[in-house]
Amino acid sequence: MQDLMLILPPLIVFLGATALLLVDLKIADDRKETVAWIAMFLLVGALIAAVMLLYFNRTGDVLYGFSNMILTDRYAALLDIVFALIGIGVFLLTLRYNRVHQIMRGEFFVLTLFSIGGMMLMAHAANLVTIFVALEMFSIPLYVLCGVARPRLDSEESSLKYFLLGAFASGFLVYGIALMYGATGTLDIATMLKQVERGQAPLLLVIGAGLMLVGLGFKVAAVPFHMWTPDVYDGAPTTVTAFMTTATKAAGFAALVRVFLLGPGAFVGSLVSAIAILAALTMIFGNLFALAQRSVKRMLAYSSIAHAGYLLAGIASVANIGQSANAVIFYLATYAATSLAAFGVLSEIGSMNRDEDHGLERYTGLAKRNPALAWVMALALFSLMGMPLTAGFTGKYLLFQSAVSSGLNWLALLGVITSVISAFYYLRVIVHMFMKEDATVAANNEQYYVSKPSLVMMTLASVAVVALGLLPTLLLNMFA
Amino acid sequence: MTSIEPVILLSAVLFTIGAVGVLTRRNALMIFMSVELMLNAANLAFVAFAQQWGNLDGQLFVFFVMAVAAAEVAVGLALIVAIFRTKHSTDVDELSQLRG
Amino acid sequence: MSVEFFLFLLVAAVAVVAALGLLLSRNAIYAAMFLILNMASVAVIYLLLNAPFIAAVQVAVYAGAIMVLFVFVIMLLGAEKLNPADTKLALKWQRPLSIVLGMALFLLLGAVILTRLGGAVAAKMIDTSPLAIGKALFTTYLLPFEVVSVLLLAAVVGAVVLTKKS
Repeated sequence: MQDLMLILPPLIVFLGATALLLVDLKIADDRKETVAWIAMFLLVGALIAAVMLLYFNRTGDVLYGFSNMILTDRYAALLDIVFALIGIGVFLLTLRYNRVHQIMRGEFFVLTLFSIGGMMLMAHAANLVTIFVALEMFSIPLYVLCGVARPRLDSEESSLKYFLLGAFASGFLVYGIALMYGATGTLDIATMLKQVERGQAPLLLVIGAGLMLVGLGFKVAAVPFHMWTPDVYDGAPTTVTAFMTTATKAAGFAALVRVFLLGPGAFVGSLVSAIAILAALTMIFGNLFALAQRSVKRMLAYSSIAHAGYLLAGIASVANIGQSANAVIFYLATYAATSLAAFGVLSEIGSMNRDEDHGLERYTGLAKRNPALAWVMALALFSLMGMPLTAGFTGKYLLFQSAVSSGLNWLALLGVITSVISAFYYLRVIVHMFMKEDATVAANNEQYYVSKPSLVMMTLASVAVVALGLLPTLLLNMFA
Repeated sequence: MTSIEPVILLSAVLFTIGAVGVLTRRNALMIFMSVELMLNAANLAFVAFAQQWGNLDGQLFVFFVMAVAAAEVAVGLALIVAIFRTKHSTDVDELSQLRG
Repeated sequence: MSVEFFLFLLVAAVAVVAALGLLLSRNAIYAAMFLILNMASVAVIYLLLNAPFIAAVQVAVYAGAIMVLFVFVIMLLGAEKLNPADTKLALKWQRPLSIVLGMALFLLLGAVILTRLGGAVAAKMIDTSPLAIGKALFTTYLLPFEVVSVLLLAAVVGAVVLTKKS
């Protein structure tokens, strides 16, 4: 019984999603919004369960369950909360976007819930079996969700690309796990950690963990494993893209935190340097590629690669592991809030225009047409840039601080430089929204309204961005 | 078998062939089959290591890999069928819609 | 050389040849057949490695169910004849690069494995009967087992979503 309590949030999501699959049958096609509301209700339940886990385990003990397959600690509970909030945010966006783009289907919500359940399980993983199963549990529904807008070709192709590269990545992951098992004779992360702490890490373990890093690098879109990202993020429906940039990233980093930062990886010098190099490459190329983009959606896709680089810098900072893990999870939360606000704007623009064209000209003069959207977008872009007083600044500050305290001064410096570079492409969008006149779209004003649920979501996300920027201690106290 | 080294070597060969196949092939079905070969190689390594360490964990992991592979195949082949209906091709290079 | 080791070498050779056949074949059906041959020979190696149950599952689930699905889809789509360009790449450097990467990967793995492994197999013979495996699945591995059942459900729903005519 206690075992079940430890994974209550994913349990609620899994059971609820399965039940929702049946309920969905009884709901007519033109009333699928009901399914979305039920799904949000389930996520609120999971949210409450996660808060309870946090509350009843104030000492922050690591509690193991199911024969050490899962654990619950503060990080797991916080990530559960992040995943539940992302899910609620995305579902609020779907109410208009999915209806307009004719993908308002019950299965959409069920599959998203399955994926969220897998992500929550990943946050609780204490064994490589759980890591693997949770990874597939959140990936396989995502492959389908990317292609849910079929027969639109770019959606189908985005799905196939994501699937093939995802399957390739899990090949590396599985082989890496096999070698790690061969080196230590166990799949339990804590036992592995003890063996590594005790003495020299065998070469087999290092190579195994390296292959695992390749597999997880694909999932979090680290350079040079990022090739799929722009096409997939661009081709997938915007609500799915919003989900992927925030939740998939957080789940991939949950795995990296468990295996590398809090696990055996942190004790192997060569792996830590490899992660630092990966972080540097990801920051540099993510930002440079983003500079060249004319489509806002593609620009945000590359920006999400760049942010994976900043997060990897946190994974490479192993001097004070607790501090780094806090910084990574805090950054994931801030990035989720920021990215959801930005994609909220994108999904509303996509609904207004009834297409998936996110060229810069679509955003020209947005401040005149729709000030609310323009301001939310500007706030989100400032936060992505790392402007002081926004959540993005606090997040980056904490990450770079932990990098510096681990002697990775060059990585922190590189992070600051690339953040400055990123200002160019973020500001370009802001300039287009506020300082340019739009000659083409003047009439036809009545479609430029913002739907209520999306507005609520964007308001909450913006409040979170500002609050985490002004009062970061709010969330940080939960770690203390 | 008294030594597992040759088995692990074989598994490394199969894994490499699978990885090269994924990288050189352009047809979605062929890429997918090469991925299956990679998973197969990993399974072989798991069983060999289970024998070396004298515990069952490796053999059990193989079950999970197989179950997950079955799920992947169901979704992957459905995707390939769906895209074939729209495009009448399974070549990844022709997925030019998303270039640039 | 023991009989077992000789058998291993024989089967391993078949497995490698089948894998190369998959890599080089120009016909998707032949490629699928090569993959089945590879899986069957790997199943024989499982038997040599004291994993009879895994060997049976390998043949029944992998070589049987999964590959039948592959062959079925290839036939259904009439996609067995591959585009002649399939083995020729759009980018000229892609092939040498992938071969170099592949060689590097193999050398790395091979070197690591041979330097590291003591080679001795654990003295105690483990119980790999279906009973022992079933017990482990429903005790230690209960949670991942249950999650896999949800995963299969999600895959079924996903496959329907992707192919259902709207």
